[in-house]
Amino acid sequence: MLHIEGLSSHYGRIQALDSVDLTIGEGELVALVGANGAGKTTLLRCLSGVQPVSAGRIVFEGQDITRAPSHRRVKLGIAQVPEGRQMFGPLSVEDNLRLGAYRRRGPKVADDLDRMYTRFPILKEKRKQSAGTLSGGQQQMLAISRALMSRPRLLLLDEPSMGLAPLLVSEIFDTVKLLKSQGTTIFLVEQNAYAALGIADRGYVLETGSVVLDDAGRALLENERVKTAYLGL
Amino acid sequence: MPPAFVELLQFLFSGITSGAIYALVALGFALIYNASHVINFAQGEFVMLGGMITWLLLSHGIDLPLAIAGAVAATVVVGLALEKLAIEPVRDANVVTLIIITIGAGIFLRGLTSVTLGKDLHAVPAFSGNEPLELLGATIMPQSLWILGVTAAVVLALHLFFHFTILGKAILATSHNRLAARLMGVNVNFVLLLSFGLSALLGAVAGILIAPITATHFEVGIMLGLKGFAAAILGGLGSGLGAIVGGLLLGLIESLGAGYISSDYKDAMAFVVILGVLFLMPQGLFGKRGTERV
Ligand SMILES: Nc1ncnc2c1ncn2[C@@H]1O[C@H](COP(=O)(O)OP(=O)(O)OP(=O)(O)O)[C@@H](O)[C@H]1O
Ligand SMILES: [Mg+2]
Repeated sequence: MLHIEGLSSHYGRIQALDSVDLTIGEGELVALVGANGAGKTTLLRCLSGVQPVSAGRIVFEGQDITRAPSHRRVKLGIAQVPEGRQMFGPLSVEDNLRLGAYRRRGPKVADDLDRMYTRFPILKEKRKQSAGTLSGGQQQMLAISRALMSRPRLLLLDEPSMGLAPLLVSEIFDTVKLLKSQGTTIFLVEQNAYAALGIADRGYVLETGSVVLDDAGRALLENERVKTAYLGL
Repeated sequence: MPPAFVELLQFLFSGITSGAIYALVALGFALIYNASHVINFAQGEFVMLGGMITWLLLSHGIDLPLAIAGAVAATVVVGLALEKLAIEPVRDANVVTLIIITIGAGIFLRGLTSVTLGKDLHAVPAFSGNEPLELLGATIMPQSLWILGVTAAVVLALHLFFHFTILGKAILATSHNRLAARLMGVNVNFVLLLSFGLSALLGAVAGILIAPITATHFEVGIMLGLKGFAAAILGGLGSGLGAIVGGLLLGLIESLGAGYISSDYKDAMAFVVILGVLFLMPQGLFGKRGTERV
């Protein structure tokens, strides 16, 4: 479904990604792990079209989208839950959700809104409150729901468990598993390598902008290099 | 009615009349500021174009309603062109560069107007005559009622647009978090274009409404732009409510100051307000604390 070939990206003169090759198949849950500053966020930003690509190509469902504007990619079915949640703080919870469906119109949007409220009843309770008043965990649920409102075919998640209490972390990972079981293709970026590789079909390890390992999720959990560098074993 | 009361009422009428105009101009500043953090110093030229183009069309024998519609449309086109030709190509430049571009655009529009339409002062007829109406002993011109009525309608329309349409919310969302807006599929270039179009519309409306009172001239935009800017920062840059309150307040400060102190200082009030706000409360009355720019 997604093919990335030789992708490089720079911030000014700093190279953040160096010739990354990566593939995600339809229905797969693929994890990307790596240390601080490895380039994980940069890769997701390139996929969403909010970060310039200096070399390489991105092909989504047979279409070259390397230079496509961000709004077209949303229309094509790529949604992102960005690092740090990025709420529209002063806007209401419901407005945040509706904006997630910005590229869609019609009565189905209301159905999806109900679906999100059923999945996370707390969002329904607080739907009139401004998003900025929610707790960290609630904001993460809102960020995920907001991205789902676009009915994505590929969901990009950037460290959804960051800064959350253990109970909430497992709730987030349960949600990710559920979404996968419902057929959404997922690309999950995590520093919590253990949890991410545990639920992933396949995983990639990124170090200073390059992919250094890729294998099945379980196999990576057993890998000596991964164990010492990312699992603290 | 005691004469002192009538006098006060007279000052209040004239204060809210000019205040409404300043509010419209200030709203124009707020729209573009929210979409881009740029202070559009060509805002005053939209006001000038509204008045000048109305006069131009009238002088060619076109009826007033049609002349007004034409002037609004032409000014909106200028606003859109300004964004497309001067702002969008350098969208990633820093805010100071963009502000300087708007200053340049303002000078260009003024120059172009003086070359093509001349440097004379032109009268535009009041929309419904010049017969003053009496209210509690004071008098008010019908044009003032037009100004207040149209401003109220514009404010209501903007309120509905931003609170009840997804496009309006997308503009708000872009101003709160540009990155997230892009990730939701909002075309932020289109939002910026729309903001310039709307700001030009507000400016043109202000310029057309005030033209029958002050007459119009290729340089009227300088002072009106400045006063709108003063109103915007008094209310808090980027706040819609602030723009309206700031505009009315500035109008009242001016007219009461001119009435009770000296009319020599009327135009200086805007400068005093700008300096006072910047020194004493840089966020203005309704401004956000700290700027969260992503
Ligand atoms: N806006 C920026 N300007 C300049 N350099 C940046 C910027 N954002 C990231 N970088 C640099 O690019 C590299 C990759 O950053 P990136 O945010 O993609 O890493 P990451 O893997 O997501 O890290 P983290 O786990 O901390 O989120 C880092 O060296 C970082 O310092
Ligand atoms: Mg990151």
